[in-house]
Amino acid sequence: MAIPIEQLAEEMYQMVVEYHGKKNLKASDLTKAMIAKYGEDQVSKEDCKQAIRQLIDSGRCVYSYLGGSYITLPKKDSAAPE
Amino acid sequence: MADEKISTPLLDELEKGPWPSFVREIKSAAQTSPMARDLLGQLELSYEEKVGHWKHGGIVGVRGYGGGVIGRYSDVPEKFPNVAHFHTLRVNQPAGWFYTSQALRTLCDIWERHGSGLTNMHGSTGDIIFLGTKTDELEPTFSELTQAGFDLGGSGSDMRTPSACVGPARCEWACYDTLKLCYDITMEYQDELHRPAFPYKFKIKCAGCPNDCVASIARADLSIIGIWKDDIQQDDEAVAEYVANGLDIQADVVERCPTRCMQWDGKKLTINNRDCVRCMHCINVMPKALRPGKERGAVLLLGAKAPIIQGAILSSVLIPFVPEEELFDTVKELLSRVWEFWDEYGMNRERVGELIQRVGMANFLDAIGLDPVPEMVSHPRDNPYVFYKVDEEQSEQ
Repeated sequence: MAIPIEQLAEEMYQMVVEYHGKKNLKASDLTKAMIAKYGEDQVSKEDCKQAIRQLIDSGRCVYSYLGGSYITLPKKDSAAPE
Repeated sequence: MADEKISTPLLDELEKGPWPSFVREIKSAAQTSPMARDLLGQLELSYEEKVGHWKHGGIVGVRGYGGGVIGRYSDVPEKFPNVAHFHTLRVNQPAGWFYTSQALRTLCDIWERHGSGLTNMHGSTGDIIFLGTKTDELEPTFSELTQAGFDLGGSGSDMRTPSACVGPARCEWACYDTLKLCYDITMEYQDELHRPAFPYKFKIKCAGCPNDCVASIARADLSIIGIWKDDIQQDDEAVAEYVANGLDIQADVVERCPTRCMQWDGKKLTINNRDCVRCMHCINVMPKALRPGKERGAVLLLGAKAPIIQGAILSSVLIPFVPEEELFDTVKELLSRVWEFWDEYGMNRERVGELIQRVGMANFLDAIGLDPVPEMVSHPRDNPYVFYKVDEEQSEQ
C-alpha cells in the first residue's frame, strides 16, 4: 500500500528539523531517503515531489541557496544584516 | 541624504568614451532612487578597496518558489543602508524577447514602485533582470508581475528559464518554430523551473539554425539547433548576380567551407551535400542564392556549460535530426531519461556535461538507451564509442 503524501511530508519535515544546522538537504536527499525507507513499490518519486510541494506551499519549509538549492526551515536569513 | 551628491572619481572613469556606460545609467537613476545612490557609493568603495562588498545567497524568495530571486546583501550596511538588501529578481522573458512598449512600461513601473528601478535587459540566460530590492518588497513585486502576465524565471538548482532566438518571427533561416517550442517547454516544466530538485542548474536554449544566435552550443545543457536534412536550396541566377556584383566565390565561399564540399568552375557552383556539415557559412555569404533545405527539424545536443566550477564544455550531438512535428515529444522523452540518470548519479553542483565526462559518453548513452551513431563523432578517431571485442580482432588477424 502506498504511503500517504501527508505522512511523507511529515517525515521529510522531521528530517529537515533533525539535520538543521548540521547538513543542508536537497530535494533529492529527501526523496532518496523516503524511497530507501519504504521501497520503490510504496513510494514513488512523484509522491515525494508532491510531499515536498506540500511542505513548501504550507510554509513549513523554504528553499535556500548556498551554492546550490536546499530545503530548510524558514528561519531568519543568516546572510541578512541584523 | 537625498540631496547629497556622492563623489565617485573612480566610477567616473567608466563614463568616458563613446560607448554606453552603466555608471551613467545608475547616476541617472540615482536622481530619484536612494537605492541607486547608495549603489554608486558602495561600488566606488569596492573600486577604492579592490574588494566586493556583496554577500550572496541565503533564504529569500516568494512563497512556493525556490527560484527567481537571488539574495544579495551589503556587508557595509551601516555606510549604505539603502542597499543593505539588494536582491535580484529574474523575470521570465517572452520567447524571442518580443515586447510591446506598453509591456516594457508596465515592467519598469512595477520595478520603480518596488525596487531600485535598475534593470538588466537581459541576463545571460535570457531573463529580464530586476536589480535591487528589499526582502519585504519581493511578494508585492511578484504579485504585480503575475497580475501583468509575467512570472519569475529560474535560479539555483533548477531548470533555468528556457530561451529562444527570434526564429520564424523575423528570420527566414529558422528550421523550426523556436518561439513555440520555447513556450511549450516553459509551460510543460513549471515545477522544474520553480521548484529546484536537480543536482545543479539545467539550461535549455532553442536556436532556429546553426548560426545559433542564442549560443546554445556553448551555454545550454540541452541545445536544440535547427537544421535541414536534404540539400541546400540553390538559385543559380542569384549566384551569378553575386559574382557580377564582385563576390569572389572561390576565395570567400568555396575555400572557407570547412569540409571543402563546394566547387566553383567560374560559372557553376556545385555542392556535394553529403559532405556538408551545415556550418551556414555559404548561406550567410550568399543569402539570396543559397537557403537551408526544405526537410527541416532540429539536432539535439547535450552538455554545454560556461566555465564556473570546471572549464567550458561544448554540447555533444545526441540525436542528429528530429522532424519539427516530433520535436516537442522527443525533447520530453529525452529529458525524462537524462534527468532520471542525472538525478541518480549526478553529484552536488555537477552539470550534466560534467557527469558525462566523468562516466564517459558510452556509459551515458547506454544508461539513457540511445545507440551511438556516426553523427556523434566530433573528431575522427577521437570518440571511443565503437568497441571491438577481442575475438573479432583475432578473427580478423
